[in-house]
Amino acid sequence: MRWMWIDTFVAFEPGKRAMAVKNVSRSEDHLHDHFPGFPVMPASLMIEGMAQTAGVLVGEARRFREKVLLAKIRRARFDDYCTPGDRIRYEAFIEAIDEAAATTRGIVYKEDRPIGEVDLMFSHADNAATDLGLPGHNFVFTDQFMDLLTAFNVRTAD
Amino acid sequence: MAMSRDEVFKKVESVLVDALGVDDDEVTEEATLTGDLGAESIDFLDIVFRLEKAFEIKIPRGELFPDDILNNPDFVENGRMTTAGLTQLKRSMPHANFSEFEKDPSVSRMPDLFTVKAIVDFVALKLNQSG
Repeated sequence: MRWMWIDTFVAFEPGKRAMAVKNVSRSEDHLHDHFPGFPVMPASLMIEGMAQTAGVLVGEARRFREKVLLAKIRRARFDDYCTPGDRIRYEAFIEAIDEAAATTRGIVYKEDRPIGEVDLMFSHADNAATDLGLPGHNFVFTDQFMDLLTAFNVRTAD
Repeated sequence: MAMSRDEVFKKVESVLVDALGVDDDEVTEEATLTGDLGAESIDFLDIVFRLEKAFEIKIPRGELFPDDILNNPDFVENGRMTTAGLTQLKRSMPHANFSEFEKDPSVSRMPDLFTVKAIVDFVALKLNQSG
């Protein structure tokens, strides 16, 4: 299964900003239940889309050495909903980053109109931190995510 | 320009309102972050990030909320801080009030040291050092 809630990156400025696109499609299973006869992209999955956009941005900033885990939704606000046919854009900015964690700001657009803000915090679980019970390999940045970045010649771990 | 303690408190209050989703009238000097304001462990890091931004200061990790003391076997025995542990903790946290904690230095009571007042005092101290 692909737990991917962004379709592609359209901008990637290492260490600063990234923008990803998600096209909402009626063929997505979850829209059939959310809600029957009135399909709406769940806000929780838009937060996940922002987390994936910002998470890759944060991971790249430290060359994907750490596992970047969503630690906290600092703020999330939506003023409108998205339905099949809409193109959602997630724009993420790194606000602060250090060895332990990172914070990001994010704007959600429906087409070209801002409809929400999602500010997040990520924790860096480095690959040696086995006491957390995390797998040794970097399960966060799988090939599926890295493939999204091929167009941007993004640096990966040495 | 020096900031008054009241100004520091107001900014800390707004940081805590944003970080913990509490009302501003819940943020009193004596309120404990965990017990009264419902902070969880990850919130402590969030608070540090927000304080750095709000006051334009750098807070080395572990300085405001020491996190390496409980891992040291010399400092904790049977769930209580040893004398050495307490001495170290006091040295690490000149911004905290130990008068209650000293009577029963159980590790489980350590979160009570993290009060709004401790944060305000810590920031005031930092601003003095840099100013």
